[in-house]
Amino acid sequence: MQKYDIELINISKSFGIVKANSEISLSIAPGEIHALLGENGSGKSTLMNILSGIYTPDEGIIKLDGSEVKFNSPSDSIAAGIGMVHQHFKLVDVMSATENILIGLPGGLFIKPKKATREIQAVADKYGLKIDLSKKVYEMSVSEKQTVEIMKVLYRGARILILDEPTAVLTPQEIVSLFGILRNMKASGCSIIIITHKLNEVMEISDRVTVLHKGRSIKTLVTSETDMTELTTLMVGKPISLEIKRTDAAAELIKPLLEVSDLTVLNADKREVLDNMSFTLSSGEILGVAGIAGSGQKELCETIAGLQRAASGDIIYKGQSIIKMNPRDIIKKGITMSFIPEDRLGMGLVGGMSVIDNVILKKVQMQKGIIVDRKAGKKAAERMIERFGINTPSTHTIVRKLSGGNIQKVLLGREIEMNPELLITAYPVRGLDIGASYNIYDILNEQKSKGVGILFIGEDLDVLLGLCDRIMVIHSGKNMGIVDAKSTTKEKLGLMMLGQRPDDMAS
Amino acid sequence: MDILNSIGLFLQSTVQMGTILLFATLGGILCERVGHLNLGIEGMMLMGAVIGFFTGYHTGSGWAAFIAAAIAGGFGALIYAVITVTFLGNQIVTGLVLSIFGTGFSSFVGLPLSTVTMPQSAMAPFRAFKVPLLSKIPVLGPALFEQSIYVHIGLILAIFMYIYINKTRFGLNLRAIGENPASADASGININLYKYIHIIVGGMLCGLGGAYLTLVYVPLWQDGITSGMGWIAVTLIIFSSWNPIKAIFSAYLFGALRSIGFKLQNIQIPKIGGGTFILNSQLLNMLPYIMTIVVLVIIALRKKREEQPPAWLSLPYFREDR
Ligand SMILES: Nc1ncnc2c1ncn2[C@@H]1O[C@H](COP(=O)(O)OP(=O)(O)OP(=O)(O)O)[C@@H](O)[C@H]1O
Ligand SMILES: [Mg+2]
Repeated sequence: MQKYDIELINISKSFGIVKANSEISLSIAPGEIHALLGENGSGKSTLMNILSGIYTPDEGIIKLDGSEVKFNSPSDSIAAGIGMVHQHFKLVDVMSATENILIGLPGGLFIKPKKATREIQAVADKYGLKIDLSKKVYEMSVSEKQTVEIMKVLYRGARILILDEPTAVLTPQEIVSLFGILRNMKASGCSIIIITHKLNEVMEISDRVTVLHKGRSIKTLVTSETDMTELTTLMVGKPISLEIKRTDAAAELIKPLLEVSDLTVLNADKREVLDNMSFTLSSGEILGVAGIAGSGQKELCETIAGLQRAASGDIIYKGQSIIKMNPRDIIKKGITMSFIPEDRLGMGLVGGMSVIDNVILKKVQMQKGIIVDRKAGKKAAERMIERFGINTPSTHTIVRKLSGGNIQKVLLGREIEMNPELLITAYPVRGLDIGASYNIYDILNEQKSKGVGILFIGEDLDVLLGLCDRIMVIHSGKNMGIVDAKSTTKEKLGLMMLGQRPDDMAS
Repeated sequence: MDILNSIGLFLQSTVQMGTILLFATLGGILCERVGHLNLGIEGMMLMGAVIGFFTGYHTGSGWAAFIAAAIAGGFGALIYAVITVTFLGNQIVTGLVLSIFGTGFSSFVGLPLSTVTMPQSAMAPFRAFKVPLLSKIPVLGPALFEQSIYVHIGLILAIFMYIYINKTRFGLNLRAIGENPASADASGININLYKYIHIIVGGMLCGLGGAYLTLVYVPLWQDGITSGMGWIAVTLIIFSSWNPIKAIFSAYLFGALRSIGFKLQNIQIPKIGGGTFILNSQLLNMLPYIMTIVVLVIIALRKKREEQPPAWLSLPYFREDR
């Protein structure tokens, strides 16, 4: 019989009426990388939180090296050699990396920061992790925070590592190096459980994969014996096509909508984060924006939405300059913006309020009078839940309680419920499952054919190429050129993202 | 020389007043560092004050009184901890109720005590004593080195607490809990144990702050003897950015404001255009509170990350929540 490091047998867990896990079984072999796949809200994070002692299962048993164990608290799980990198980071912002790694560790009364830093650095070097241990977490980028979380687990000497969607917010280069580290760890005998929505990653890194659907474990497969289509079908419960259908808006709907000219925006240090940027967008068009993370995507979105001030240049919307308007008036003009930030938490929703209240919050801007029209809000919320397939027990559920992906659907859904004429959306599918991602693409296409102009800030070049009409590439705040999505190539986009202009390239 | 002398005396009473505030502020810092906002400081001070006096009066032992005062304050804090840590009750309401409870409790216990005086034997351990040589330093000497051992305990405690919070493993875990309990919890820390211990020790310090009044400073029992100093301590916690060393300075600063009130009472100030004008004591007693408001405004303008309150202050934490 196969020996397993960890066996989860018939695990069930409910939150009120939500059955997050029902009778899930999962076993992890020594030295394997095991992927966990499932739609948003299918219970992946819940299951892993049970394994790390944060949630207590209602039913089921956990076996460690063949004998049953009970995890009453995270410390039990840590003692068993399990370490988890959470979907939403659990770090103390005001502390340095070293301090964060030392939290909760046993040892002498006094902390010796220098000695600890040296020891941690040695472990980091062993696995090839780059990390500035004296940096405070609040000054870190998302990938740096991720590294601290991983270091924290490694330094404790965990032999079973759980990673909950580690790649959702990383750039392609960072993912390559993360995978390198995971392979190193595997080689040194660790077992790894990784959650990801990206099927190509599952195929690339995992030895086996378990698919969850609506809180149940559907099947465990050997990765080399399956393919993306089979996994998708298992995950969604029915076959879906992995193709983006480009639609076209009727010719009479296509009119000039937005004209950005010579837009320059400075950051706090007076450096240009947008540098003389010009482009146009017409209604019934999806204009993609490609670029390495931090090339000015956020500033562009925020300046159009009126959240940042431009140093010079102009933004003309339907023949009128909006550059000096406040965000509220801009919303009234029919422009909406949704930006899924890297941390995915601080993103424009009030976590402690219900789905319906979050919808109303935005709708209220458009209403007259002082009494809030809750009926209309409820209707809109219900329509949104239906249309985006949001997995929530009711419209009154507190947003924070939804699964990561579902929170995001509320954010985007709310913007589309506003019936905008110009829709700005950045990274709308970060952390969404495949089905939900394609649903979002369909909805964007549907908006486009209704004559809405869409500015789509994306990460995945395949998606940009399949969905957009034209693609603008930005590099350190500059527009490198706008290319036709139907005729360009990934390679060409890649070069432009690194700062080459299309006319400099030999075709 | 006369001027120097009275400055010396003024500083001496500043330090004494400041000691009451220092104990209470340190207690509050310990509690807030684990993320619990305890507005019951005034109540715990009163409980410590009355039980300290009660014990001193009945046993004739100063140290027994000292310990009893700490236990009384700690007991108030225990009630608070059960409600807010175990049952996740609202911290603000619980703290306010604790203040009201402590006030009532002290009036009740103190009823037969308002006419009695403390036996000499109970006061003996806390008499001011001159530290050889150091007390000869002009002006500062009498202020710092001609004081009760109680004052020195306060100072030493502040320094120890600073080292404890910033240099030890326990301190690191404690800070993590106040900033992000989910992170501390996931790191395997028994956060409820930490919370109970620090909230209770914090309460003990508050009790000792109150008892300084009834054992050393006055030393008599009067109803409501702390006269709002617990509330000032709540501000001082913020003013000192949750740092025990800064707490020494802020407590002494406010101690000065209170002593100035006593010193300037009934001084006649000539009015412009003839006549005199007497600074009345009510007006002067307002000084610390006016300063409190000023301080709160200044604090609201502070932006540095390290000077912000513990991020999870006053929020409940339940592991399975999100
Ligand atoms: N602490 C909690 N309180 C209430 N409901 C919860 C809690 N944790 C999870 N849930 C619910 O359990 C279900 C499963 O959530 P979970 O976070 O495990 O999903 P997931 O598979 O990780 O999804 P995603 O891919 O979006 O992260 C969801 O419906 C979620 O709303
Ligand atoms: Mg999840």
